This record gives sequence, structure tokens and C-alpha cells, in this order.
Amino acid sequence: MGAYFTLFIGAVLINNFVLTKFLGLCIFFGVSKNLNASIGMGFAVTSVITLSTILAWLLYNFILVPFGLTFLRTITFVVLIASFVQLLEIVIKKMSPTLYNMWGIYLMLIATNCIVLSVPVLSVTNNYNFIQNIVFAVGSGLGFALALILMASAREKLDYADVPEALKGTPVAFIVAGMLSLAFLGFSGML
Amino acid sequence: MSLWKVFTRGIIEENPYFVLALSLCPGLAVTTSVVNGLTMGLTVWFVITSNNVVVSIIRKTINKKVRVPVYITCIATIVTCVQLFLMAYAPDLYKALGVYLDLVVVFAIILARAESVASKNGVVVSFLDGMGMGIGFTIAMVTISIVRELFGNGTLFGVSMFGASYQPALIMALPPGAFMLIGFMMAGLKMWNKSREMKKMKGSEA
Repeated sequence: MGAYFTLFIGAVLINNFVLTKFLGLCIFFGVSKNLNASIGMGFAVTSVITLSTILAWLLYNFILVPFGLTFLRTITFVVLIASFVQLLEIVIKKMSPTLYNMWGIYLMLIATNCIVLSVPVLSVTNNYNFIQNIVFAVGSGLGFALALILMASAREKLDYADVPEALKGTPVAFIVAGMLSLAFLGFSGML
Repeated sequence: MSLWKVFTRGIIEENPYFVLALSLCPGLAVTTSVVNGLTMGLTVWFVITSNNVVVSIIRKTINKKVRVPVYITCIATIVTCVQLFLMAYAPDLYKALGVYLDLVVVFAIILARAESVASKNGVVVSFLDGMGMGIGFTIAMVTISIVRELFGNGTLFGVSMFGASYQPALIMALPPGAFMLIGFMMAGLKMWNKSREMKKMKGSEA
């Protein structure tokens, strides 16, 4: 049990995907202008990462490994994730139109995103077992959501700040991200 | 637009990294040393150019509705070839780039060029556009990694630059330094572009 907890905390705080591994930056800088959108996006990403990592793990360990096709990893995962996200979109649209109105637009953005592809890839390269795999996926997703929500809260305040002309927009967002990342470095001594 | 313009626009005016701000992850993740940054730049250069050529050749045969999955499959195939090549000839670099090499597949810049240029233009234009964008991307990677390796580690290409008495500014090698450095570089390029535009406007008035 302790090992799983360590893995979870590691994925959320210490190896936070956005702030220490720089994954998912396009969404991170694109969506974090608005707090409500960030919360929606954070949870959409978490659920997609979890489900697609489980699927990718099963596919990798029960089809690619037995047939010696592991070099096809990248292609299979990309196609798997893209088609899975499309499927999810169709299902959500039919089952719950309200949910679709809230999250629908984010799903398309997620389909080809680095964080969603990197979690399954890291999980199979580290040889996680099935439960470790789920813990890792949920942790990474929540870590992303946490960073996104923190960033959005900071940027909403930044709108009222007096920022030099050249730094306005993306450049100052990068510097804020640097400070957040500095804060997250403090967690590295925790375990 | 002249072919020369197609080729050069990716280098500064529409630099994929600093101006279009696409595919930001690699510039932060693999730029701790110049060798890694250069390899990543060259990989993207190769993938973007060959993908542009392939897409431009098959652009008339693919159905509009399935074009994005087709492009992604093309990119994934090319990336897998590069992966196998690096694994065989430069295993150390392959390890250093790690998961980021897989992620070349989902770099927005490659898909964006396929969609906006290669799917509408002939082979020559697509090829030149890919070359230009690739060079722009490589320049960005190398510039960032030179600054980070020089200050974060006191070396260039692994060779010590300042002698043994230099105390490396560790923050440059760590993630926070990367974020801040890129923030300031973007701001600098923005100022430079603006002052050039001002000069042009003044020139046309006079």
C-alpha cells in the first residue's frame, strides 16, 4: 500500500507533469486564461488519461508484447488515443448533452496532446503492473489539473497587474509558470 | 509568394517556436545540453520536411473527412523510423531524449504545417516550407540550449568554458530557469520584431 501512495504523491507533486516534465504546455498556456475553463479541462484530461492509459496498458501487454511488435508502440498508442477520444465524444453527446456542452470542446483538444500520449508511454517503459499503472495515471492527471487551476488563478490576477508592454501575454505567463515550478521543486525533498 | 519567401519565413518572421508558440514542451525539456537540443531540432526538421512532402504527394487521394488521422499515421511512421535509427546508431542520445522522442508525433507544429501548407500546395512549396520551419525550430532549440548549458553547467558541447573556478547557476539547468528564460526570450523577440516594423513604417513615410 505504501508503495502505491509514494507513486501517487510522486506523480501529483514531485514529478508534476507540467511543471517539472514540461508536458501538456499547449493546453496549460492556452486554457489557463479562465478559471472555470481550467477546472473543466483539468478533470476532462484526468479522466481521458486514466481510461486511455488502462486501454494502452492492456493493448501493449496482451497484444504488442506477445507478438513481438513493441516497435509499433508509438503508432498504436496515437491511433488508440485519437479513436478513443472520438468514441468518448460520441458517447457523451448521446448520454448527457449537458456534460457535452461543458466539456465537449476540450475533448478535441485532448486527442493529440503530449501529456495524454506520454503517460501510457512512461507507464509501459517503467514496466508498471496494472494497479501501479492506474495509480500513476490518476496521479498524473490530478497533478496536471492542480497546476492548471493554480496557474489560472494567478493569471486572473495578472490581468489587473501593470505588466511591461513586451512581456504581455505569453511571456509573462512563462515567468509565472517558472515561479510555480520553483515552488514545486520544494516538494522534491519530501520522499 | 516567391519560393525564397516560403523558405525564409519559418526562420525568423514566423519562427515556429518563439512567434507561433507551437510545440513548446521540447524546448524546455531537452535543452539542458546543446547536443540534446540539436538532436531534437534535427529530428523535428527531418520529420516536418518529409511529412510535408508525403502529405503533399497524397493530398489529392485522401478523403477530406479522414485527413487528420491519415496525417497522424504518416507522422507516427516517420517518427518510428527516426527512433529505430537513433536506437541503432546513437543509443545514448536515444536514452537522453527518452519519452520526448515519442512525443514528436503530437507536436502541434508538424500537424499544423501539414494541414495549412502541405495539404494545399505542391511538393516544392511544401518541401521548402518544411525546411524553413525545421531550420527555425532547430535554431530556437540550439539558442535555448546554449544559454542553459553555458550558465547552468559552465560548458558548451561538454567542454568547460569558464575554468574550474566557475560556480554554475544551477537554476538554469532546472525547470524554473527554463520557463523564465523562454519567457524573456519571447519578450525580446517581440520587442525586436516591433522595432523592425517601426523602422519599416518610418522608411515608407520618408
